Amino acid sequence: MDRSRPGALNAWRRWAGNGVPARAGQAVLLLPVIFLALFFLYPLLAILDYSLRPAGVVDLSGFARIITSAYYRDTVVFTIGQAALSTLFTLALALPGAYVFVRYDFPGRDTLLALSAVPFVLPTVVVAAAFSALIGERGLVNSLLMSVLHLADAPLRLERTLAIILIVHVFYNYAVALRLITAYWANQSPRMEEAARLLGCAGWRLWWEIRLPLLRPALLAAAVLVFIFTFTSFGVVLILGGVRFATLEVQIYYQALNLFDLPVAAALALVQMALMFGLLLVYTRLQRQMSVDWQSVQRVARAPRRRTEKLFLAGNLLLMAGLLFAPPLALLLRSLTFASDRPTLAYYLLLTQNPRDSILFVPPLYAIGNSLVFALVTLLLALVLGVLTAILIERRQRWLRWLDALFMLPLVTSAVTLGFGYLIALDEPPLALRASPVIIPIAHTLVALPFVVRSLLPALRAIPPTLAPAAVTLGAAPWQVWRFIRLPLLSRSLVVGATFAFTVSMGEFGASLFIARPDTPTLPVVIFRLLGQPGADNYGQALALSVLLMLVCSLSFIIIERSRSAGVGEF
Amino acid sequence: MHTFRRLLFVVAVLALFAGLVQSQSPVVVTLLTHDSFNVSEDVLQAFEAEAGIRLEILRGGDAGQIVNQAILTRTTPLADVLFGVDNTFLSRALAADLFLPYTSPGLATVPEAFIVDADHRVTPVDYGDVCLNYDIAYFASRDLALPASLSDLTLPAYRGLLVTMNPATSSPGLAFLLTTIAAFGTEGDYTYLDYWADLVANETLIVDGWSEAYFGEFTAGSDEGRYPLVVSYASSPPFTYDETTDAATTASLIADGMCFRQIEFAGILRGTDAPAAAQQVIDFLLSQPFQEDLPLQMYVFPVQPAAQLPDVFTRFAQLPEEPAQVPAEDIELYREDWIQAWTEVVLGR
Repeated sequence: MDRSRPGALNAWRRWAGNGVPARAGQAVLLLPVIFLALFFLYPLLAILDYSLRPAGVVDLSGFARIITSAYYRDTVVFTIGQAALSTLFTLALALPGAYVFVRYDFPGRDTLLALSAVPFVLPTVVVAAAFSALIGERGLVNSLLMSVLHLADAPLRLERTLAIILIVHVFYNYAVALRLITAYWANQSPRMEEAARLLGCAGWRLWWEIRLPLLRPALLAAAVLVFIFTFTSFGVVLILGGVRFATLEVQIYYQALNLFDLPVAAALALVQMALMFGLLLVYTRLQRQMSVDWQSVQRVARAPRRRTEKLFLAGNLLLMAGLLFAPPLALLLRSLTFASDRPTLAYYLLLTQNPRDSILFVPPLYAIGNSLVFALVTLLLALVLGVLTAILIERRQRWLRWLDALFMLPLVTSAVTLGFGYLIALDEPPLALRASPVIIPIAHTLVALPFVVRSLLPALRAIPPTLAPAAVTLGAAPWQVWRFIRLPLLSRSLVVGATFAFTVSMGEFGASLFIARPDTPTLPVVIFRLLGQPGADNYGQALALSVLLMLVCSLSFIIIERSRSAGVGEF
Repeated sequence: MHTFRRLLFVVAVLALFAGLVQSQSPVVVTLLTHDSFNVSEDVLQAFEAEAGIRLEILRGGDAGQIVNQAILTRTTPLADVLFGVDNTFLSRALAADLFLPYTSPGLATVPEAFIVDADHRVTPVDYGDVCLNYDIAYFASRDLALPASLSDLTLPAYRGLLVTMNPATSSPGLAFLLTTIAAFGTEGDYTYLDYWADLVANETLIVDGWSEAYFGEFTAGSDEGRYPLVVSYASSPPFTYDETTDAATTASLIADGMCFRQIEFAGILRGTDAPAAAQQVIDFLLSQPFQEDLPLQMYVFPVQPAAQLPDVFTRFAQLPEEPAQVPAEDIELYREDWIQAWTEVVLGR
């Protein structure tokens, strides 16, 4: 780059793109900004506007209803309460788990730690179906108990209780907390603890006075993260909780699509957004405290020796394995054996059919086709926009710094809020997309974009800044710099980002429920519809579809883990 | 003579072609309806063959949900015809200007009482009375007296026996809410909300839709069911007819003021690209074959008085003498408020 040019022009060149013709480069780089403005900021502002002026004039009756009614206050209290309980239980189980991973060396340790992240990629409808297949009234445990104890009724009644919601939340977040705490703990110097032991500190006092205070930043960060995830829980609560349990997310959906009370839905969405941004601020603050002192890292893991140690290890591993493998296995088994004496593929074969008395408009298999098409479009859109966004953020100009935060916003905006925003914003030309199938990959792209950007950024930053000028000096054209230098260096991150985008789209439920038309349903929406219907065939088909979706997501997980093991990704 | 024969031949060939063309590419009409919609395949096929129409059935949830869906997709409609909006949700659909007016010839024989919209934007198709259904064997085997009034349902004897539907999503659910509003009123010491609070305290189960309640939770409707009392129709018992005993396993509670009359309508959705075919579908819904198929498919009464009722229907379907009355204009004015208040009291617990 020509350093003799005036500074402003130089900055302009840098921002416009290394070697890309200035104007064209600038225009292309603006694409993600335009996309975000149209399909994220505009719908959100529409919600804000709608909540304040439902009919074009200022009218705060929606807010007034929320504030004065005990019902909505209860919704907020329940949302916070269940999130707090979920967080508490998750941490209580993850802390001993982390201890096991930090202190003990055992065969399969790294594989198990990697596998523990599987729930993270499983869509909520699949997890809901899996837990219904495991401990629901029509589940494996109940049918075993009924046949062993010769009961006529299912003895275990967890559906439509807070208990099943909490169990599923622990399933989802156990690994999140476990990994965060393990990573932090493994990087703590064991010296403090050794000194304490030497001075006679042991047992509970060791935990209370030494370990927990030392782990405070990790515990707090994990708590806030789990709290955020469970605070916005939607599919699980909607499917397993029934009409009596409603988080803010479920309430927004319920108000908008069932009660058709859009002002209240808009006001609730605003409350939800405000609370989420508050939580996010807390989290970013905590994350800064989590800086790890890599200098002092010492491996302290060893094989368990005493009997109590072995029991402790076995207990934790059993819990982990049960939590991880039981629900997916139950789902698979139940899809092959539900309401049948011997294993059958009947429910899988039913998926191709569409009798006229079916509650679905198209055969369930069509939904797989729809979802695949939507996911591929999402993948392309998210990848193109993600690369452009990463380049834009990587420029590191001060006036562009706010962009980084802007592009992370979709991550903390709930999918339900997004879907609701589309519902009220995108219904007039030129953006009359509400009833068009195009809107689905657009929504999915927004949900996936932060993941793609986060996968690409570290790799982009890791490219030595001297590489491009060197190539240009040696006669490479700008496109050649991209084709032969940057893209090959980014390839692993691109695979991770693409897989994330694909998986997010395949499993996305909250926004899709608002915008998917019944004639072009997505896979999760069809599973939700089938789960809500009585009859063995509907339930069996829901399980079969969930198994197929689970397989797709597990495959994605393998691809992501393999590419990530090369040290890709920043979360 | 030869010319005439030749002409006849040509006409015949043309007719055959026309028939072929028509049978190959019939006009597709999409019918948006609720999950409980059903029609006999032979009745439907006879209509399709005669009219050159292929009817695709799009079940979009419960009555309230399909009306909301139709309103939200007004600009690019999901379907050509909507069937299943009832007198409790009708004003919402009419306020959103969903339908094109059409006066079907079949309407001439329909009793005035069913024709609610004078502009004929919607056409009445069937009616039924929403009331409590009970599992006869359950009550007989336990020597439990039947509830004689709505108030009885809050007694300890009936704890955990009733399953009903969310009025926000289900039209029979809304009809039952209106029954309680007619019975207990909205003002005074003991309003419908107090009654509902007592129902919930008495462990009444609330689910989203009728089919979930009847086929999922009702003891006589499902093997997995645990609730012997369900909000359904006075015309539902024929569905539980058992040939071996020559009797229905369920019956309805139709005492005065315990039922609510529901009329279901169909309308042509504004924005349809096949208005003529859509009109034929409306005519079909009022036609003799469909009206006589209705009772055993959807367990409701046809609006055409001339339609012959099946034997099992005349024996086991009941018609209450005095259904609960809530003025239509009150429903229109207060429906949303009532549902909101219900939601806050019942679901907020």
